[in-house]
Amino acid sequence: MSLAIGAAVPAFTLPDTDGSPTSLRDAEAAATVVVFTCNHCPYALAWHERLQTVARDYRARGVRTLQINANDAARYPGDSPAAMAARVSAGEFAGPYLHDDTQEVARAWGAAVTPDVYVLDAAGRLAYHGAPDADYGEESLAAGWLREALEDVLAQRPVVLAETKPVGCSVKWRG
Amino acid sequence: MPGVELLYWDGCPSHPDALADLNAALEELGHPEVEVTLVEIATEQQAAERDFIGSPTVRVGGVDPVPPPPGEPTGLTCRVYRRRDGGYSPTPDPADLREALLRLLPVAAREA
Repeated sequence: MSLAIGAAVPAFTLPDTDGSPTSLRDAEAAATVVVFTCNHCPYALAWHERLQTVARDYRARGVRTLQINANDAARYPGDSPAAMAARVSAGEFAGPYLHDDTQEVARAWGAAVTPDVYVLDAAGRLAYHGAPDADYGEESLAAGWLREALEDVLAQRPVVLAETKPVGCSVKWRG
Repeated sequence: MPGVELLYWDGCPSHPDALADLNAALEELGHPEVEVTLVEIATEQQAAERDFIGSPTVRVGGVDPVPPPPGEPTGLTCRVYRRRDGGYSPTPDPADLREALLRLLPVAAREA
């Protein structure tokens, strides 16, 4: 079940790749981007740099970006905590990369694919859900749907395009 | 004429794009008559039997036009390709497909 635009989202606290607990809520954040992603999916990889650029571009404007890997690492070793840590160490993430080992957060949020992008407003309500932009293969789109949503949220106006279809690899649930 | 197969796993949404690219390449090379056989890989056992390392995988006369590194594990997953510009992609670079078809389809068939 996916979350409704305007609804409060389920809270979570998940470990980052150093094991430090990281919570969703941050009273200081003007907006929060949550991306369910992973290491092995070509869609997640294709959009990855665009998403990191957005995270860096909007950080100074109070936007927090949390990226979460919920895939079953037993069946997909490329999504293991060690592989996550290696990517973080290599500087591939512009923010915390969290591990949803129990998959409870992904289930509660209704995440279906990687990447699956959510934008929350300052009050923690869902303002955007969908894909970063219209085409994983077109770098020049620059995660435009996500950027437009953030501009609307930061201007405290309704997001014009609040929902798009997430496209990517299915979240790898435990058998 | 060697058979052209597109092996896919339904858990990955990329095979329609790959099929479109493949058909476009065949059309461009003057082979619209070549039918691409879709082969669904639904189990880990089938993946192992067909050396399927991810979806989609193209075979022309049994040969993978974008050969994976040796030892790549088989399994039900989305396959990661690199485009010629270095970017990641869920489908082969169309230029790689065209080049492989030129190489793997018999000359006689290409000139027919």
